[in-house]
Amino acid sequence: MNAFFSTARNREQPDAGPSLREKLRSEELKAWFGDAIALKGISLSIPEKAVTAIIGPSGCGKSTFVRCLNRMHEVVPGARVEGRVHLDGTDIYDPRVNPVRLRRRVGMVFQKANPFPTMSIRENVLAGLRLQGIRPGRGGELVERALTQAALWNEVKDVLDRSGSSLSGGQQQRLCIARALALEPEVLLMDEPASALDPIATQKIEELVYELKASFTIVIVTHNMQQAARISDRTAFFMLGTLIEIGDTKDVFMNPKEKMTEDYITGRFG
Amino acid sequence: MERHFDRDLEQLTLRLVQMGGMVEEAIAKSVRALLERDSALAEEVITNDQAIDQVELEIDQQTMELIATMQPAAVDLRFLATLMKVTPELERIADLAQDVAERALELSREQSINRMGDMGRLAASARDMVHKAIEAFARRDATLAREVIRQDDEVDNLTEQSFRSQLTYMLEDPTNISRAIRLTFVGKYFERMADSATNICEMVVYLVEGKVIKHAAIDE
Repeated sequence: MNAFFSTARNREQPDAGPSLREKLRSEELKAWFGDAIALKGISLSIPEKAVTAIIGPSGCGKSTFVRCLNRMHEVVPGARVEGRVHLDGTDIYDPRVNPVRLRRRVGMVFQKANPFPTMSIRENVLAGLRLQGIRPGRGGELVERALTQAALWNEVKDVLDRSGSSLSGGQQQRLCIARALALEPEVLLMDEPASALDPIATQKIEELVYELKASFTIVIVTHNMQQAARISDRTAFFMLGTLIEIGDTKDVFMNPKEKMTEDYITGRFG
Repeated sequence: MERHFDRDLEQLTLRLVQMGGMVEEAIAKSVRALLERDSALAEEVITNDQAIDQVELEIDQQTMELIATMQPAAVDLRFLATLMKVTPELERIADLAQDVAERALELSREQSINRMGDMGRLAASARDMVHKAIEAFARRDATLAREVIRQDDEVDNLTEQSFRSQLTYMLEDPTNISRAIRLTFVGKYFERMADSATNICEMVVYLVEGKVIKHAAIDE
Protein backbone atom coordinates (compact mmCIF):
# COMPACT_ATOMS: atom_id res chain seq x y z
CA MET A 1 0.00 0.00 0.00
CA ASN A 2 1.17 3.49 -0.73
CA ALA A 3 3.00 4.55 2.43
CA PHE A 4 1.70 8.07 2.60
CA PHE A 5 -1.88 6.95 2.81
CA SER A 6 -1.07 4.39 5.43
CA THR A 7 -2.24 5.08 8.93
CA ALA A 8 -0.64 2.00 10.42
CA ARG A 9 2.36 3.90 11.71
CA ASN A 10 0.13 6.45 13.41
CA ARG A 11 -1.71 3.73 15.26
CA GLU A 12 1.39 1.88 16.31
CA GLN A 13 3.60 4.68 17.46
CA PRO A 14 4.10 4.92 21.19
CA ASP A 15 4.19 8.29 22.91
CA ALA A 16 7.94 8.63 22.51
CA GLY A 17 9.61 7.96 19.17
CA PRO A 18 10.48 4.27 19.09
CA SER A 19 14.23 4.74 18.68
CA LEU A 20 14.56 7.59 21.19
CA ARG A 21 15.08 7.31 24.91
CA GLU A 22 12.59 9.11 27.14
CA LYS A 23 14.08 12.14 28.91
CA LEU A 24 11.03 13.72 30.51
CA ARG A 25 7.57 12.42 31.23
CA SER A 26 4.58 14.23 32.69
CA GLU A 27 1.85 12.22 34.36
CA GLU A 28 -1.59 13.68 35.00
CA LEU A 29 0.00 17.10 35.34
CA LYS A 30 -2.45 19.74 36.51
CA ALA A 31 -1.71 23.41 37.07
CA TRP A 32 -3.71 26.31 38.46
CA PHE A 33 -3.41 30.06 38.64
CA GLY A 34 -5.43 30.71 41.80
CA ASP A 35 -8.78 29.03 41.13
CA ALA A 36 -8.37 28.96 37.36
CA ILE A 37 -7.16 25.65 36.02
CA ALA A 38 -4.59 25.97 33.21
CA LEU A 39 -3.62 22.31 32.71
CA LYS A 40 -6.19 19.58 33.15
CA GLY A 41 -4.04 16.48 33.48
CA ILE A 42 -1.33 16.25 30.84
CA SER A 43 0.47 12.94 30.34
CA LEU A 44 3.14 12.94 27.69
CA SER A 45 6.64 11.73 27.04
CA ILE A 46 9.52 13.84 25.76
CA PRO A 47 12.34 11.99 23.97
CA GLU A 48 16.00 12.72 24.59
CA LYS A 49 18.06 14.70 22.06
CA ALA A 50 15.08 15.59 19.93
CA VAL A 51 12.91 18.67 19.49
CA THR A 52 9.39 18.43 20.89
CA ALA A 53 7.11 21.30 19.87
CA ILE A 54 4.03 22.32 21.81
CA ILE A 55 1.45 24.08 19.67
CA GLY A 56 -2.04 25.36 20.31
CA PRO A 57 -4.13 28.53 20.44
CA SER A 58 -3.57 31.24 23.04
CA GLY A 59 -4.55 30.14 26.49
CA CYS A 60 -4.23 26.43 25.72
CA GLY A 61 -1.68 25.95 28.49
CA LYS A 62 1.42 25.39 26.36
CA SER A 63 3.60 27.92 28.20
CA THR A 64 2.30 26.79 31.58
CA PHE A 65 3.17 23.23 30.64
CA VAL A 66 6.83 23.97 29.88
CA ARG A 67 7.10 26.13 33.00
CA CYS A 68 6.02 23.10 34.98
CA LEU A 69 8.93 21.13 33.49
CA ASN A 70 11.51 23.12 35.48
CA ARG A 71 9.26 24.21 38.34
CA MET A 72 9.00 27.80 37.15
CA HIS A 73 5.21 27.72 37.40
CA GLU A 74 5.26 27.51 41.17
CA VAL A 75 7.15 30.81 41.52
CA VAL A 76 4.05 32.68 40.30
CA PRO A 77 2.04 33.85 43.37
CA GLY A 78 -1.08 31.73 43.78
CA ALA A 79 0.08 29.12 41.26
CA ARG A 80 -0.18 25.43 42.09
CA VAL A 81 0.82 22.14 40.47
CA GLU A 82 -0.40 18.58 40.89
CA GLY A 83 0.80 15.41 39.24
CA ARG A 84 4.28 14.22 38.41
CA VAL A 85 7.10 15.15 36.04
CA HIS A 86 9.87 12.59 35.72
CA LEU A 87 13.31 13.67 34.58
CA ASP A 88 15.35 10.55 33.84
CA GLY A 89 12.87 8.66 35.99
CA THR A 90 13.03 10.97 39.05
CA ASP A 91 9.98 13.03 40.00
CA ILE A 92 11.07 16.67 39.97
CA TYR A 93 8.22 17.52 42.36
CA ASP A 94 9.63 15.24 45.01
CA PRO A 95 10.21 17.47 48.08
CA ARG A 96 13.87 16.37 48.16
CA VAL A 97 14.53 17.92 44.76
CA ASN A 98 16.22 21.32 44.87
CA PRO A 99 14.46 23.50 42.26
CA VAL A 100 17.53 25.68 41.71
CA ARG A 101 19.67 22.66 40.87
CA LEU A 102 16.85 21.30 38.74
CA ARG A 103 16.78 24.52 36.68
CA ARG A 104 20.45 24.08 35.98
CA ARG A 105 19.63 20.75 34.32
CA VAL A 106 16.49 22.10 32.66
CA GLY A 107 17.31 25.54 31.26
CA MET A 108 14.92 28.04 29.77
CA VAL A 109 14.88 30.66 27.02
CA PHE A 110 12.04 33.18 26.94
CA GLN A 111 10.03 34.94 24.26
CA LYS A 112 11.66 38.30 24.72
CA ALA A 113 15.44 38.35 24.66
CA ASN A 114 16.43 39.46 28.13
CA PRO A 115 20.19 39.95 28.39
CA PHE A 116 21.27 41.84 31.48
CA PRO A 117 21.59 45.36 30.07
CA THR A 118 24.42 46.54 32.28
CA MET A 119 26.55 43.44 31.65
CA SER A 120 28.95 42.78 28.81
CA ILE A 121 28.39 39.94 26.36
CA ARG A 122 30.95 37.85 28.26
CA GLU A 123 29.33 38.58 31.64
CA ASN A 124 25.92 37.74 30.24
CA VAL A 125 27.12 34.31 29.19
CA LEU A 126 28.57 33.72 32.66
CA ALA A 127 25.66 35.28 34.58
CA GLY A 128 23.80 32.00 35.09
CA LEU A 129 26.87 30.36 36.53
CA ARG A 130 27.54 33.29 38.87
CA LEU A 131 23.92 33.19 40.09
CA GLN A 132 24.52 29.52 40.91
CA GLY A 133 27.49 30.57 43.06
CA ILE A 134 30.11 29.36 40.59
CA ARG A 135 33.12 31.63 39.97
CA PRO A 136 34.27 31.00 36.45
CA GLY A 137 36.73 33.96 36.32
CA ARG A 138 36.82 35.39 32.81
CA GLY A 139 35.65 31.96 31.63
CA GLY A 140 37.42 32.22 28.27
CA GLU A 141 36.94 28.67 27.08
CA LEU A 142 33.46 28.35 28.55
CA VAL A 143 32.33 31.64 26.98
CA GLU A 144 33.66 30.58 23.59
CA ARG A 145 32.02 27.17 23.80
CA ALA A 146 28.60 28.52 24.83
CA LEU A 147 28.66 31.26 22.19
CA THR A 148 29.79 28.79 19.52
CA GLN A 149 26.98 26.41 20.45
CA ALA A 150 24.57 29.34 20.18
CA ALA A 151 25.97 30.18 16.71
CA LEU A 152 26.99 33.66 17.90
CA TRP A 153 30.77 33.33 18.47
CA ASN A 154 31.88 34.51 15.03
CA GLU A 155 29.75 37.62 15.28
CA VAL A 156 30.86 38.70 18.77
CA LYS A 157 34.31 37.22 19.41
CA ASP A 158 36.02 40.60 18.99
CA VAL A 159 33.52 42.58 21.07
CA LEU A 160 33.02 40.35 24.11
CA ASP A 161 33.30 43.25 26.53
CA ARG A 162 30.70 45.33 24.76
CA SER A 163 27.23 45.57 26.38
CA GLY A 164 24.84 42.70 25.67
CA SER A 165 22.16 45.20 24.74
CA SER A 166 24.32 46.55 21.90
CA LEU A 167 23.42 43.44 19.88
CA SER A 168 20.49 43.09 17.46
CA GLY A 169 17.30 41.37 18.66
CA GLY A 170 18.22 38.06 17.06
CA GLN A 171 21.76 38.20 18.46
CA GLN A 172 20.40 39.05 21.91
CA GLN A 173 18.18 35.98 21.77
CA ARG A 174 21.17 33.82 20.79
CA LEU A 175 23.09 35.42 23.67
CA CYS A 176 20.30 34.29 26.00
CA ILE A 177 20.57 30.81 24.52
CA ALA A 178 24.35 30.91 25.13
CA ARG A 179 23.69 31.99 28.73
CA ALA A 180 21.39 28.99 29.17
CA LEU A 181 23.90 26.64 27.48
CA ALA A 182 26.79 27.85 29.68
CA LEU A 183 25.12 26.01 32.55
CA GLU A 184 25.44 22.81 30.52
CA PRO A 185 21.77 21.87 30.84
CA GLU A 186 20.40 18.56 29.63
CA VAL A 187 17.05 20.00 28.62
CA LEU A 188 16.38 23.38 27.04
CA LEU A 189 12.87 24.80 27.29
CA MET A 190 12.14 27.53 24.76
CA ASP A 191 9.02 29.64 25.12
CA GLU A 192 8.30 31.34 21.78
CA PRO A 193 12.01 32.07 21.27
CA ALA A 194 11.57 33.66 17.84
CA SER A 195 8.19 35.35 18.05
CA ALA A 196 9.71 38.82 18.52
CA LEU A 197 12.25 38.41 15.70
CA ASP A 198 12.28 39.22 11.98
CA PRO A 199 12.23 36.33 9.43
CA ILE A 200 16.02 36.15 8.99
CA ALA A 201 16.76 36.17 12.72
CA THR A 202 13.94 33.63 13.13
CA GLN A 203 15.51 31.35 10.55
CA LYS A 204 18.85 31.54 12.38
CA ILE A 205 17.19 30.54 15.64
CA GLU A 206 15.37 27.70 13.87
CA GLU A 207 18.57 26.37 12.32
CA LEU A 208 20.24 26.69 15.71
CA VAL A 209 17.50 24.69 17.42
CA TYR A 210 17.86 22.04 14.72
CA GLU A 211 21.61 21.81 15.39
CA LEU A 212 21.31 21.89 19.19
CA LYS A 213 19.17 18.76 19.33
CA ALA A 214 22.29 16.69 18.70
CA SER A 215 23.39 17.59 22.25
CA PHE A 216 20.27 18.67 24.12
CA THR A 217 16.66 17.69 24.67
CA ILE A 218 14.57 20.61 23.46
CA VAL A 219 10.98 21.51 24.21
CA ILE A 220 9.76 24.52 22.25
CA VAL A 221 6.50 26.35 22.66
CA THR A 222 5.37 28.17 19.56
CA HIS A 223 2.18 29.73 18.29
CA ASN A 224 3.73 29.47 14.83
CA MET A 225 2.80 25.98 13.77
CA GLN A 226 4.86 26.23 10.58
CA GLN A 227 7.87 26.73 12.80
CA ALA A 228 6.94 23.64 14.80
CA ALA A 229 6.65 21.71 11.53
CA ARG A 230 10.05 22.90 10.29
CA ILE A 231 12.17 22.20 13.33
CA SER A 232 10.58 19.60 15.55
CA ASP A 233 10.64 15.82 15.61
CA ARG A 234 7.54 15.49 17.77
CA THR A 235 4.55 17.79 17.99
CA ALA A 236 1.99 18.04 20.76
CA PHE A 237 -1.25 19.94 20.20
CA PHE A 238 -2.86 21.47 23.28
CA MET A 239 -6.27 23.02 23.63
CA LEU A 240 -7.96 24.46 26.72
CA GLY A 241 -5.43 22.84 29.03
CA THR A 242 -5.81 19.41 27.45
CA LEU A 243 -3.42 17.42 25.28
CA ILE A 244 -5.38 16.67 22.12
CA GLU A 245 -2.70 14.82 20.18
CA ILE A 246 1.01 14.04 20.17
CA GLY A 247 2.93 12.31 17.42
CA ASP A 248 5.84 12.48 15.03
CA THR A 249 5.73 15.96 13.50
CA LYS A 250 5.46 14.66 9.94
CA ASP A 251 2.47 12.51 10.92
CA VAL A 252 0.74 15.31 12.83
CA PHE A 253 1.11 17.63 9.84
CA MET A 254 0.31 15.08 7.13
CA ASN A 255 -2.26 12.91 8.75
CA PRO A 256 -3.37 14.02 12.22
CA LYS A 257 -5.41 11.53 14.18
CA GLU A 258 -7.79 14.05 15.71
CA LYS A 259 -10.20 16.26 13.81
CA MET A 260 -9.49 19.12 16.21
CA THR A 261 -5.78 18.96 15.32
CA GLU A 262 -6.64 18.88 11.63
CA ASP A 263 -8.91 21.92 11.99
CA TYR A 264 -6.23 23.84 13.88
CA ILE A 265 -3.32 23.14 11.55
CA THR A 266 -5.39 23.78 8.44
CA GLY A 267 -6.69 27.08 9.80
CA ARG A 268 -10.31 25.90 10.07
CA PHE A 269 -10.20 26.37 13.80
CA GLY A 270 -13.06 28.31 15.40
CA MET B 1 22.64 30.85 5.45
CA GLU B 2 22.58 27.08 5.10
CA ARG B 3 19.23 25.50 5.84
CA HIS B 4 18.75 21.92 6.99
CA PHE B 5 15.99 21.88 4.38
CA ASP B 6 18.70 22.18 1.68
CA ARG B 7 20.26 18.95 2.92
CA ASP B 8 16.87 17.24 2.71
CA LEU B 9 16.41 18.48 -0.86
CA GLU B 10 19.90 17.27 -1.83
CA GLN B 11 19.12 13.86 -0.35
CA LEU B 12 15.95 13.68 -2.40
CA THR B 13 17.78 14.67 -5.60
CA LEU B 14 20.33 11.95 -4.89
CA ARG B 15 17.61 9.38 -4.30
CA LEU B 16 15.93 10.32 -7.58
CA VAL B 17 19.25 10.03 -9.43
CA GLN B 18 19.70 6.59 -7.86
CA MET B 19 16.21 5.63 -9.03
CA GLY B 20 17.16 6.95 -12.49
CA GLY B 21 20.23 4.68 -12.46
CA MET B 22 18.05 1.68 -11.64
CA VAL B 23 15.66 2.60 -14.46
CA GLU B 24 18.49 3.00 -16.99
CA GLU B 25 19.85 -0.37 -15.96
CA ALA B 26 16.41 -1.91 -16.47
CA ILE B 27 16.24 -0.45 -20.00
CA ALA B 28 19.75 -1.67 -20.86
CA LYS B 29 19.05 -5.16 -19.61
CA SER B 30 15.67 -5.37 -21.33
CA VAL B 31 17.30 -4.39 -24.65
CA ARG B 32 20.05 -6.96 -24.22
CA ALA B 33 17.47 -9.60 -23.26
CA LEU B 34 15.61 -8.78 -26.48
CA LEU B 35 18.57 -8.64 -28.85
CA GLU B 36 20.45 -11.58 -27.34
CA ARG B 37 17.34 -13.70 -26.60
CA ASP B 38 18.43 -13.92 -22.96
CA SER B 39 15.39 -15.10 -20.99
CA ALA B 40 17.22 -15.09 -17.63
CA LEU B 41 18.06 -11.42 -18.08
CA ALA B 42 14.44 -10.68 -19.05
CA GLU B 43 13.27 -12.39 -15.85
CA GLU B 44 15.74 -10.30 -13.88
CA VAL B 45 14.28 -7.05 -15.24
CA ILE B 46 10.76 -8.19 -14.36
CA THR B 47 11.78 -9.13 -10.80
CA ASN B 48 13.80 -5.95 -10.20
CA ASP B 49 10.88 -3.68 -11.05
CA GLN B 50 9.60 -4.03 -7.49
CA ALA B 51 12.73 -2.37 -6.11
CA ILE B 52 12.11 0.62 -8.38
CA ASP B 53 8.48 0.83 -7.24
CA GLN B 54 9.73 0.85 -3.67
CA VAL B 55 12.02 3.83 -4.31
CA GLU B 56 9.10 5.66 -5.92
CA LEU B 57 7.01 5.19 -2.78
CA GLU B 58 9.91 6.32 -0.63
CA ILE B 59 10.42 9.51 -2.65
CA ASP B 60 6.64 10.19 -2.61
CA GLN B 61 6.60 9.83 1.15
CA GLN B 62 9.58 12.11 1.72
CA THR B 63 8.25 14.71 -0.70
CA MET B 64 4.91 14.79 1.09
CA GLU B 65 6.68 15.11 4.43
CA LEU B 66 8.75 18.06 3.22
CA ILE B 67 5.72 19.81 1.76
CA ALA B 68 3.84 19.30 5.03
CA THR B 69 6.64 20.39 7.32
CA MET B 70 8.71 22.92 5.38
CA GLN B 71 6.03 24.95 3.56
CA PRO B 72 8.24 25.27 0.45
CA ALA B 73 8.02 28.43 -1.67
CA ALA B 74 9.40 29.59 -5.04
CA VAL B 75 12.16 27.32 -6.39
CA ASP B 76 11.80 24.91 -3.44
CA LEU B 77 8.11 24.51 -4.24
CA ARG B 78 8.81 24.07 -7.96
CA PHE B 79 11.47 21.50 -7.11
CA LEU B 80 9.11 19.39 -5.00
CA ALA B 81 6.28 19.76 -7.52
CA THR B 82 8.70 18.66 -10.25
CA LEU B 83 9.85 15.73 -8.18
CA MET B 84 6.25 14.60 -7.71
CA LYS B 85 5.82 14.53 -11.48
CA VAL B 86 9.25 13.18 -12.43
CA THR B 87 9.15 10.18 -10.09
CA PRO B 88 6.03 8.59 -11.63
CA GLU B 89 7.45 9.22 -15.13
CA LEU B 90 10.57 7.26 -14.14
CA GLU B 91 8.43 4.53 -12.65
CA ARG B 92 6.44 4.38 -15.92
CA ILE B 93 9.69 4.06 -17.89
CA ALA B 94 10.70 1.16 -15.64
CA ASP B 95 7.31 -0.47 -16.29
CA LEU B 96 7.92 -0.09 -20.04
CA ALA B 97 11.34 -1.74 -19.65
CA GLN B 98 9.51 -4.53 -17.87
CA ASP B 99 7.09 -4.74 -20.84
CA VAL B 100 10.07 -4.99 -23.21
CA ALA B 101 11.45 -7.80 -21.03
CA GLU B 102 8.09 -9.61 -21.13
CA ARG B 103 7.97 -9.43 -24.97
CA ALA B 104 11.65 -10.52 -25.05
CA LEU B 105 10.72 -13.51 -22.92
CA GLU B 106 7.86 -14.43 -25.28
CA LEU B 107 10.09 -13.98 -28.35
CA SER B 108 12.82 -16.11 -26.79
CA ARG B 109 10.35 -19.03 -26.80
CA GLU B 110 9.69 -18.58 -30.53
CA GLN B 111 11.90 -19.06 -33.56
CA SER B 112 14.58 -16.42 -33.86
CA ILE B 113 13.65 -13.31 -35.81
CA ASN B 114 16.29 -11.80 -38.04
CA ARG B 115 14.46 -8.63 -38.87
CA MET B 116 15.05 -6.40 -35.88
CA GLY B 117 15.41 -3.44 -38.24
CA ASP B 118 16.35 -0.27 -36.38
CA MET B 119 15.27 -1.61 -32.99
CA GLY B 120 18.82 -1.35 -31.58
CA ARG B 121 19.10 2.30 -32.65
CA LEU B 122 15.62 3.09 -31.40
CA ALA B 123 16.38 1.53 -28.00
CA ALA B 124 19.72 3.34 -27.76
CA SER B 125 18.13 6.67 -28.61
CA ALA B 126 15.30 6.26 -26.08
CA ARG B 127 17.75 5.20 -23.40
CA ASP B 128 19.97 8.17 -24.20
CA MET B 129 16.99 10.52 -23.78
CA VAL B 130 16.13 8.99 -20.40
CA HIS B 131 19.76 9.30 -19.28
CA LYS B 132 19.98 12.94 -20.30
CA ALA B 133 16.58 13.77 -18.78
CA ILE B 134 17.77 12.50 -15.40
CA GLU B 135 21.00 14.43 -15.81
CA ALA B 136 19.10 17.60 -16.74
CA PHE B 137 17.01 17.23 -13.60
CA ALA B 138 19.98 16.56 -11.32
CA ARG B 139 21.97 19.48 -12.76
CA ARG B 140 18.88 21.67 -13.16
CA ASP B 141 19.98 22.22 -16.74
CA ALA B 142 17.22 23.70 -18.91
CA THR B 143 19.44 23.79 -22.02
CA LEU B 144 20.06 20.06 -21.86
CA ALA B 145 16.35 19.52 -21.17
CA ARG B 146 15.40 21.39 -24.35
CA GLU B 147 17.95 19.35 -26.33
CA VAL B 148 16.31 16.14 -25.10
CA ILE B 149 12.85 17.41 -26.03
CA ARG B 150 14.06 17.99 -29.61
CA GLN B 151 15.52 14.48 -29.72
CA ASP B 152 12.01 13.07 -29.35
CA ASP B 153 11.33 13.60 -33.08
CA GLU B 154 14.22 11.29 -33.91
CA VAL B 155 12.73 8.57 -31.70
CA ASP B 156 9.30 9.07 -33.30
CA ASN B 157 10.88 8.62 -36.76
CA LEU B 158 12.75 5.50 -35.67
CA THR B 159 9.54 4.08 -34.21
CA GLU B 160 7.77 4.70 -37.51
CA GLN B 161 10.63 3.04 -39.42
CA SER B 162 10.57 0.09 -37.06
CA PHE B 163 6.81 -0.28 -37.58
CA ARG B 164 7.16 -0.20 -41.38
CA SER B 165 9.89 -2.77 -41.23
CA GLN B 166 7.72 -5.12 -39.15
CA LEU B 167 4.76 -4.50 -41.45
CA THR B 168 6.82 -5.57 -44.48
CA TYR B 169 7.92 -8.63 -42.57
CA MET B 170 4.30 -9.56 -41.83
CA LEU B 171 3.31 -9.07 -45.47
CA GLU B 172 6.14 -11.28 -46.65
CA ASP B 173 5.03 -14.26 -44.56
CA PRO B 174 1.93 -14.42 -42.35
CA THR B 175 3.69 -16.89 -39.99
CA ASN B 176 5.83 -13.94 -38.92
CA ILE B 177 2.80 -11.98 -37.70
CA SER B 178 2.83 -12.85 -34.00
CA ARG B 179 6.58 -12.14 -33.66
CA ALA B 180 6.35 -8.99 -35.73
CA ILE B 181 3.44 -7.71 -33.63
CA ARG B 182 5.43 -8.27 -30.47
CA LEU B 183 8.29 -6.28 -31.97
CA THR B 184 5.89 -3.52 -33.02
CA PHE B 185 4.81 -3.29 -29.40
CA VAL B 186 8.44 -3.13 -28.31
CA GLY B 187 9.00 -0.21 -30.69
CA LYS B 188 6.03 1.54 -29.14
CA TYR B 189 7.43 0.95 -25.64
CA PHE B 190 10.65 2.73 -26.55
CA GLU B 191 8.69 5.58 -28.06
CA ARG B 192 6.75 5.94 -24.82
CA MET B 193 9.97 5.92 -22.80
CA ALA B 194 11.12 8.84 -24.93
CA ASP B 195 7.77 10.58 -24.33
CA SER B 196 8.26 10.19 -20.58
CA ALA B 197 11.80 11.57 -20.88
CA THR B 198 10.28 14.53 -22.75
CA ASN B 199 7.75 15.08 -19.95
CA ILE B 200 10.58 15.04 -17.40
CA CYS B 201 12.48 17.62 -19.42
CA GLU B 202 9.44 19.89 -19.70
CA MET B 203 9.26 19.81 -15.90
CA VAL B 204 12.98 20.60 -15.67
CA VAL B 205 12.42 23.76 -17.73
CA TYR B 206 9.59 24.65 -15.35
CA LEU B 207 11.83 23.99 -12.36
CA VAL B 208 14.69 26.14 -13.64
CA GLU B 209 12.81 28.93 -15.38
CA GLY B 210 9.36 28.75 -13.82
CA LYS B 211 8.04 28.56 -17.39
CA VAL B 212 5.41 26.03 -18.52
CA ILE B 213 6.33 24.67 -21.96
CA LYS B 214 4.23 21.55 -22.21
CA HIS B 215 1.44 21.50 -24.82
CA ALA B 216 3.29 24.28 -26.66
CA ALA B 217 6.16 24.75 -29.08
CA ILE B 218 9.54 24.99 -27.43
CA ASP B 219 10.24 28.59 -26.70
CA GLU B 220 13.93 29.36 -27.06
